[in-house]
Amino acid sequence: MATKVVMEALSPTMEEGRLVAWLKQEGDAVSAGETLAEVETDKAVMELVARSDGVLRKQLLPEGATVPVGTLVGVIGAADEDISALVGPSATASAAAAGAAPASRQPPAMPTPAHVGRIFASPLARRLAAERGLDLGAVTGTGPSGRVVKRDVEAAQLAMASAKAAERLPQATAGAVRAVRPREPAGVASAAATPAASAVAAPAVPLAPPGGYRDVPLTQIRKTIAKRLVQSLGPIPHFFLTTEIDMERAADARTHLKSLGDAYAVSFNDLVVKACALALRRHPAVNAAFLDDRVRYHGDVHIGMAVAVEDGLITPVVRHADRKGLAEIAAESKALAEKARARRLTPEEYTGSTFSVSNLGMYDIDEFTAVINPPEAAILAVGRVAEKPVVVNGAVVPRRMMRVTLSCDHRVVDGATGAKFLRTLKLMLENPLAMLL
Amino acid sequence: MPEPGTRTVSTPPTAPGTDAATMRRLLRDMLLLRRFEEKCGEAYALGKIGGFCHLYIGQEAVAVGAMAALRPDDTVMASYRDHGQALARGMTARAVMAELFGKAAGCSGGKGGSMHLFDASLNFLGGHGIVGGHIPLATGAAFAIKYRGGDQVSLVFFGEAAVNNGAFHESLNMAAVWKLPCIYICENNRYGMGTAIERASALYDVAQRACSYDIPAEVVDGMDVLAVRDAVHRAALRGRERKTATLLEVRTYRFMGHSMSDPIHGHYRTRDEVEEQKTRDPIRAFAAKLRADGLLDDEAWQAMEAEVADEVEDAHRFADEAPDPDPSALTTDVYREP
Amino acid sequence: MPLVTYRDALNQALREEMRRDPAVFLMGEEVGVYQGAYKVSRGLLEEFGPERVVDTPITELGFAGIGVGAAMAGLRPVVEFMTWNFALLAIDQIVNSAAKMLYMSGGQVPIPIVFRGPAGAALQLAAQHSQSFDSYFANIPGLKVVTPATPADAKGLLKSAIRDNNPVVFIEGEMLYNTKGEVPDGEHVVPIGVADVKREGTDVTLVAHSKMVGLALKAAEELAKDGVSAEVVDPRTIRPLDVATIAASVRKTNRCVVIEEGWPVAGIGAQVVDDIQREAFDWLDAPVLRVTAADVPMPYNKHLEKLAKPDVPRIVAAVNRVLYRA
Repeated sequence: MATKVVMEALSPTMEEGRLVAWLKQEGDAVSAGETLAEVETDKAVMELVARSDGVLRKQLLPEGATVPVGTLVGVIGAADEDISALVGPSATASAAAAGAAPASRQPPAMPTPAHVGRIFASPLARRLAAERGLDLGAVTGTGPSGRVVKRDVEAAQLAMASAKAAERLPQATAGAVRAVRPREPAGVASAAATPAASAVAAPAVPLAPPGGYRDVPLTQIRKTIAKRLVQSLGPIPHFFLTTEIDMERAADARTHLKSLGDAYAVSFNDLVVKACALALRRHPAVNAAFLDDRVRYHGDVHIGMAVAVEDGLITPVVRHADRKGLAEIAAESKALAEKARARRLTPEEYTGSTFSVSNLGMYDIDEFTAVINPPEAAILAVGRVAEKPVVVNGAVVPRRMMRVTLSCDHRVVDGATGAKFLRTLKLMLENPLAMLL
Repeated sequence: MPEPGTRTVSTPPTAPGTDAATMRRLLRDMLLLRRFEEKCGEAYALGKIGGFCHLYIGQEAVAVGAMAALRPDDTVMASYRDHGQALARGMTARAVMAELFGKAAGCSGGKGGSMHLFDASLNFLGGHGIVGGHIPLATGAAFAIKYRGGDQVSLVFFGEAAVNNGAFHESLNMAAVWKLPCIYICENNRYGMGTAIERASALYDVAQRACSYDIPAEVVDGMDVLAVRDAVHRAALRGRERKTATLLEVRTYRFMGHSMSDPIHGHYRTRDEVEEQKTRDPIRAFAAKLRADGLLDDEAWQAMEAEVADEVEDAHRFADEAPDPDPSALTTDVYREP
Repeated sequence: MPLVTYRDALNQALREEMRRDPAVFLMGEEVGVYQGAYKVSRGLLEEFGPERVVDTPITELGFAGIGVGAAMAGLRPVVEFMTWNFALLAIDQIVNSAAKMLYMSGGQVPIPIVFRGPAGAALQLAAQHSQSFDSYFANIPGLKVVTPATPADAKGLLKSAIRDNNPVVFIEGEMLYNTKGEVPDGEHVVPIGVADVKREGTDVTLVAHSKMVGLALKAAEELAKDGVSAEVVDPRTIRPLDVATIAASVRKTNRCVVIEEGWPVAGIGAQVVDDIQREAFDWLDAPVLRVTAADVPMPYNKHLEKLAKPDVPRIVAAVNRVLYRA
């Protein structure tokens, strides 16, 4: 009895998948559980497994094609079985037609509840969005009835462009790179202790001809980033709190731990993650989420860490960061970062955070503002640790200082609450021993 | 018939021929029209001719007589009851039948149909469907003749119902004011579709309307082919020499209904009336006259019948076998581009 | 380049074509002795004589039909209607005779005729003397419909119309006769079926013909003060419509307002909008809007008449709507 192989939802948010490579060819025997193909989802590259035994009779999707979840992509059956019923013209047509992935399949982000499920957009806006790989549903429409028009698409693209601009920064090595513009989206961070630029594989930027340009279609991850950022920056009322933290003691502690051996090595970011987790315990109001008609206060603390990957950014999660020791956090964050760069994160590994941390310190960024990952209430943007002249007890001394900026969702967290959280965070980091308490 | 007013007309210097060949030709032409129209009736009933089909049966003497008085460079226009005029003017039975059948070999490429027969090479310019609408057109052709300084005439056939029409009135007025060489032939068959002339026209005698325009007019016996020919000849001379228009009321009768959709007598005329009129059949009358004059015997008559029958049968077969227009003909001839 | 009135431009065209081709003649009410009801035919009787400049009785149906008949016989008549309001009397000849003859005859009998005259509203001429019927004739296959807005276009297009072998409905405007414009010296022929961009712009396309071109240009100036750059496209010929030029403009600007003097229902603008939405759908950032006459017979009162006609504020308002400006 022949069975269908369909594009499965391999992540909770997946709506379409790109078939990266067939691992089994037509005519190969397969058994249930064996991997048939590699599929790129909105987050990572996943395995599509066979659900039955038999022979892979038909590959209905070429490598590289993108189709919606549920599309028939193959047929498993007995070697001599008649599978024409399953592989009818309609079946192959729907698979074949999936070549051009529609970007605008996501449900509408914002707007007027009256139009749930239907996006109003001018024909021009639709075309521009499709050409630029923007999700129409994520664009706020300013025309009548929330119609998305050209200027809205251009605004959304501008937001995406500034995200891309931030992406290019890894290449800068000389001097301090100042990202002073507000609303800089969540940037690149590496959980690994090693300095950044060389460790992160530079995304291949195609050379544009002088006087011209070169277009590169968006990959799944880019589309998701774009969608998520616009969903965040648009509707969420951000405000930003910055504080400068004296990292002398933290730096000394780190150096000291490192001298004890690799098993004890931790990064500045690990310290930040731990400190955040503890601070969140003390300020549960910040360990929260905005959900349309209510605020959710989480019982657990799971910290998401922004990691730069080849073509973008993903946020693997250290679960129960408040309960884990620094060493465990260090090991886990390193492993997660590697998995993230290899696009091998499982959905459980990149979902569920209650608070996020983004660190651009390894790129010599002094400070920046990050975009909240909805539905979280806040995100911490961490700058570099740098020696600065500071006044201590009336004298100017060099101290290793670090500036952090907390972005808060004003619907959940107000100024005082955020400030108090930051003060606790500062206390923890300036007095690392306090984290043992 | 004397002209109104103080105008007089002299006897035409060149009278149309009365020799045997000419006489037999007139008879044969009328017979061709008759048999052709009968064939059309058959074909229509078999669905080979579609739409409207207005038969000329009974009126043959008018078309044949009129054309016999004209030159090839004169212009002729008719209404939708135009099969007779088309054939009398010289179009082949094949070309007309094929047009009725809607074939590409038809005189209008299959795109005109029964009401729009055209042959520019014979100066037969239609075939028009709007009652009275072509009368200004024929007047315009007369205008062009005068504009160019020629001595041709423009002849137009219409029914008596058209004379109540504004187009008729405006045309005759301008023809008179501008002195255009136009011959207006009113084929008065007493019925405008289903309406007797008495019910539609305040003035029964169509010819009398000419006084509104101060142009000559005659009442002509439309069942007498020679009478028609002579009247048209007189009118043509008037037009050629003095650029005067003429109104001819030719009294005739149609033996069939208004069109194929109309029964022979219907509600508007009695069977007796039709039968009575048939006794004045122009073909039978002229054949009798030729026999009496010794210009026709049985053998000649049968030969004529057989010849005409062959011609009509040939036309029918030709039309039947001819191909339809190519679909591309749908969009040609909408515009004439240089 | 000399400045010529629209009226004189037409006069020049008639004169030149009548000199060029002896088959061309003019016919209509008051065209001869009276020198033309609007003086378009001034001086023509004196030059060409009564055979070629023919005064007619008030019989639109009759003389239109005579014109068609003369064309059937090979002449090239120019039939003047004192206004197109009266042409309804002649519409049977225009539509059933002129437009159909070539087709019905299987290509044998072309009708090289021009029907011309002023149309649309003037000032307080009321319901029966203020009408635009361009869409009536644009609807008919076999006719061409031309609506020049400027003296140069009037001259060039009338010459083309006279030389065209098909029946041309040539629509002028009383309110245009006195307007002045540059007309090139020498032989000046404008092809039928080609639109003209009267003003270049980038933000919105204004499609307007005949009298509405002037209005559109005024609106464009108003809009320019506000930083909006409007492109004005004058189709010049309504049938056949130069859709390519209009669509190219809309692809450039992404938005369009169509302005016409006639009534809204099934007016010319409706056809233009249909062509645009088919040819330039993916370039439209807003629906195509129309500015037309009010859907009422023309009132006599001066102020009501103003309300009934398109004006600059209404055009500007429509432009603001397609630009999504408050």
